[in-house]
Amino acid sequence: MKPPPFVYRDPNTVAGALEALAEYGDEGKVLAGGQSLVPLLNMRLAQPQALIDLNGVAELRSIGESRRDGRDGMAFGAMTRQCQVEAEASPIPLLAEAISWVGHPQIRNRGTIGGSIAHADPSAELPLVFRALDGVATVTSSDGPRDIPADEFFLYTFTPNLEPDEILTEVWLPLPEPRTGQAFLEVARRHGDFALVAAAVSLTLDEAGTIAGARIALGGAAPTPMRATGAEESLIGANPSDECFSDAARLAAEEAEPTGDIHADADYRRDVAAALVRRGLRTALERAGAAA
Amino acid sequence: VSEARTVTLCLNGREVTETVPPRLLLSDFLRGTLGLSGTHVGCEHGVCGCCTILLDGEPVRSCLLFAVQTDGHTVTTVEGLTALDGKLHPLQEAFKEEHALQCGFCTPGFLITLVPFLEKNPHPTDTEIREAISGNLCRCTGYHNIVKAVKRASSYQLTATNQ
Repeated sequence: MKPPPFVYRDPNTVAGALEALAEYGDEGKVLAGGQSLVPLLNMRLAQPQALIDLNGVAELRSIGESRRDGRDGMAFGAMTRQCQVEAEASPIPLLAEAISWVGHPQIRNRGTIGGSIAHADPSAELPLVFRALDGVATVTSSDGPRDIPADEFFLYTFTPNLEPDEILTEVWLPLPEPRTGQAFLEVARRHGDFALVAAAVSLTLDEAGTIAGARIALGGAAPTPMRATGAEESLIGANPSDECFSDAARLAAEEAEPTGDIHADADYRRDVAAALVRRGLRTALERAGAAA
Repeated sequence: VSEARTVTLCLNGREVTETVPPRLLLSDFLRGTLGLSGTHVGCEHGVCGCCTILLDGEPVRSCLLFAVQTDGHTVTTVEGLTALDGKLHPLQEAFKEEHALQCGFCTPGFLITLVPFLEKNPHPTDTEIREAISGNLCRCTGYHNIVKAVKRASSYQLTATNQ
């Protein structure tokens, strides 16, 4: 359980990090908080030739308000620690609720928002929030920055849409619209473990109380964090009721493609997905009412 | 491939300079290189919490950090909780009084996690205590006496404040 040898580079700027990364290409790995990568190194599941440590890059630690495409939101520098995100997350209730499920306090003291999203674990909380809210990732290479919307960011399990010479530099998440309620629910074997299934739900009502917007995302239910678009569409224009929530939950479970493992089989995960979506919709509705 | 580096850190209140290979975990640096065996190594992948230390005052896993990353930073281990004359930290006293350990393997991680927690939240509820220690595994105590010890340490602080 000791990491293999590697070349260690610790640049102070994004430009310096890109330069170091360019030297090693596929053989270089970016080190953020290390709460997923270092276990992989310790277990020798990853053996990169070089580690480019971003912990000294101060320009990647920031939290600020930011508007994008007419939506108000918050921009997080990729190296912002999860504990700092947790402290500032209240404008985005889904994020605030989800982040307490990320590992444990000691993990959040070191783990970063960018590291978690770039790691692209389909059962992790922050990628799921990013996917549920249609966030935007900014990735930077020596050619400059490019924006990747959340629905194009996750290619497969542990595989983000990043080129070998690119670094995730910023994560943008939108604030909720008026009359919106959000809920994050998770079932894990032990608190702090990765989710067996997690659901991120957001409901927006119009002035008459009809459902104007619905977001339902599932973690641990597919090779990437997924949106249950059929379930979302079934809710648009509906008057909120236990019946339409149950229908949407059933649709979401049908859209899920969970696999079984030692912790839970696929059918169980599907059942849990349906239960979490149903509960999440009810909670989101209550909160949307409270927000009206 | 990996060139050794010289790091200087503030460890338990004194400056330490050592030359280390980049792949050396902070946990192994503390135990092996510096002989500070109070930091225990359980799982070596960030799950058990035994190796928790304070980095710039915040509890983190030392098995998920490299010694090179501590250059210019402050590290506190369980050895740093005890006064120079050997007097135990009030939380250590409370652990002793409440029998909050049996084998003791997990104890350094609990202590290091709880000291800054009690500084920020001197009078926590049971729920807050259990949330604070959720990242530390103990196989002996069932956690009850650990929670009691935190309550006791909290009451020491209350007494100290009233005096």
